[in-house]
Amino acid sequence: MNKNVLIRLGGISKSYDGEVVLDNIDLTIHDKEFITLLGPSGCGKTTTLRIIGGFETPDAGDVYFEDKRINDLPPYKRQVNTVFQRYALFPHLNVFDNVAFGLRVNKTPDAEIREKVKEMLELVNLKGFERRKVNTLSGGQQQRVAIARALVNRPKVLLLDEPLAALDYKLRKDMQVELKNIQHKTGITFIFVTHDQEEALSMSDTVVVMSKGKIQQIGTPTDIYNEPVNAFVADFIGESNILDGVMPEDVKVKFAGQTFVCVDGGFDKNEPVDVVIRPEDVDVVKPEAGMLVGLVTGVTFKGDYYEIIVDVKGFKWMLETSDFVGEGETIGLSIDPDAIHVMKKSEYSGLFGDYSSFSDELDKLSDATEEVEAE
Amino acid sequence: MKKKSFLSRVADAPYLLWMILFIVAPMLFVIYFAFTDRNGGFTFENITSLSSYSGTFVMSLSFSLIATVICLLIGYPLAYCMAKASKKARNILLVLLMLPMWISLLIRTYSLMALLDNGGLVSSLLVKMGLPKLTFIGTEGAVILGMIYDFLPYMVLPIYTSLVKLDVRYAEAAQDLGCNGPKTLFRVILPLTMPGVVSGVTMVFVPSISTFYISQKLGGGSFDLIGDTIERQFQNAVTYHTGAAISLVMMILILLSLFVMNRFADKEEIIV
Ligand SMILES: Nc1ncnc2c1ncn2[C@@H]1O[C@H](COP(=O)(O)OP(=O)(O)O)[C@@H](O)[C@H]1O
Ligand SMILES: [Mg+2]
Repeated sequence: MNKNVLIRLGGISKSYDGEVVLDNIDLTIHDKEFITLLGPSGCGKTTTLRIIGGFETPDAGDVYFEDKRINDLPPYKRQVNTVFQRYALFPHLNVFDNVAFGLRVNKTPDAEIREKVKEMLELVNLKGFERRKVNTLSGGQQQRVAIARALVNRPKVLLLDEPLAALDYKLRKDMQVELKNIQHKTGITFIFVTHDQEEALSMSDTVVVMSKGKIQQIGTPTDIYNEPVNAFVADFIGESNILDGVMPEDVKVKFAGQTFVCVDGGFDKNEPVDVVIRPEDVDVVKPEAGMLVGLVTGVTFKGDYYEIIVDVKGFKWMLETSDFVGEGETIGLSIDPDAIHVMKKSEYSGLFGDYSSFSDELDKLSDATEEVEAE
Repeated sequence: MKKKSFLSRVADAPYLLWMILFIVAPMLFVIYFAFTDRNGGFTFENITSLSSYSGTFVMSLSFSLIATVICLLIGYPLAYCMAKASKKARNILLVLLMLPMWISLLIRTYSLMALLDNGGLVSSLLVKMGLPKLTFIGTEGAVILGMIYDFLPYMVLPIYTSLVKLDVRYAEAAQDLGCNGPKTLFRVILPLTMPGVVSGVTMVFVPSISTFYISQKLGGGSFDLIGDTIERQFQNAVTYHTGAAISLVMMILILLSLFVMNRFADKEEIIV
């Protein structure tokens, strides 16, 4: 990844009818980067993208493209193309004419148009679909046409607003790989929007986690997963047990009534903190060998591992284990120092990370509603 | 199930009866009269004799075509502005547009006549301002203006509806791909609102080509359109047969043009 700054958002704020949708967003996007805006539905991802595309003007703050302020530049003059949330393919044009649209507008010679459209349809695996009506295509095919239609113009930046949300699981996985390949081949900067954390982690160079119109954390997928800055990020990215703790001194943290050795430091003496422990980082051991002891209250088979809920002094932990343990069994928990991640308290403290009301069904239900909203 | 379908059939009956009485029966009468002579014998003569009316046909056709084109040229931008206006302004404009539609066409035509009459309001204003007085009634322009004035709302409404229904994402996609305002309009918005244009054109063209009172009131009697001719034939029992023949030919012409226009719209295969 090359380190030239391509786009910079400086202090962007936006409200609709007095409701703050974006609150002082600062973001730097580099050339050839695959950057993902990740956050729950309604957190302002689409609005951010629309400001970059030129479809919305920020109430405050500036948008820079290659160091030029472009706040007032209309969309058709920006070197940015968009794959819209529901594709917005032109229903009066066939596949070829949809893809050729931007080239025709720019008065490209016919022979060159034919050449480029052909090349682009090959890139997205739609050779032979030129004459098809767009409304006779499947969701996945429409999605590829939308990508081809945007990419054929060789934009500096491609904006993708939840492009995979409407596809089924298998196709979504395939398209993730394909998109990543296309980005590699073309060397175009991708700004990708999703509410799916798995998708964000597997595809991106940089992940931007958003909540309630604010950026919570910017970092590589590994950073975001291993070093979440607050309870919101820890909970949103993967599964987390988040406990109340205090730091009596550096590399010592007290939670669940005991003091543990950890690797974090730099807090005030006895500062209250949030402690994150990932389910896969806890070893399940015999009760007498455990640092903590708990009662198993739920077991779910997940294919290659079991997901168990363990009650430790009233706090419900989620753990992953490859060995079967039965409901009602008493087990010990062993936690390595580098499995313990300490975070400063935030407005999200105490909201997440306890699995006492957890059920798989609920999780799936909320996922489903999120997808309906994304439609 | 059976009971329900019986009930629904009973509920349909009045409409069926209405259609038979007021649509099918008159059509059959028209066809009957068109192909019979005064003694009730079968004949093609009514149809073949129509060639003497070809001048009238051409004049009606050109008047209504001109009126339709002008309605489209005024109506599309008007509908576009309405669709773009704020919700409040949009509703006010809509009421203003619909208001005249609640008044009888005949009365609207009369009021236009009073306004434009050679001694009417506009004319006397002009005279007061020291300009020559208006001699407008009795010209082609007056008849065409009457058509435009009476039928413009029927052009605007369907276009407005299709513009409002059009998803803004299409316009945004066009801008995203390099279209400025005019290019967005001509490459995306216009083609996608073609169904509205087609119904607007139909709703202006059909009443324009068959009108009779507009030409009588505003044309000052100097223009005999197809509608006038038909009306005259039916005022005299002896010429019913010619009147029916003209009506039949008109009906077929209109059906043909509707068919052609709908094919045109179908070709776009628009899903809104
Ligand atoms: N044009 C608009 N008018 C009013 N509210 C809007 C508009 N666009 C977005 N919003 C609101 O702004 C918030 C953020 O929206 P959006 O950026 O679409 O979120 P996301 O894409 O992350 O789901 C939502 O609460 C949404 O209702
Ligand atoms: Mg969105």
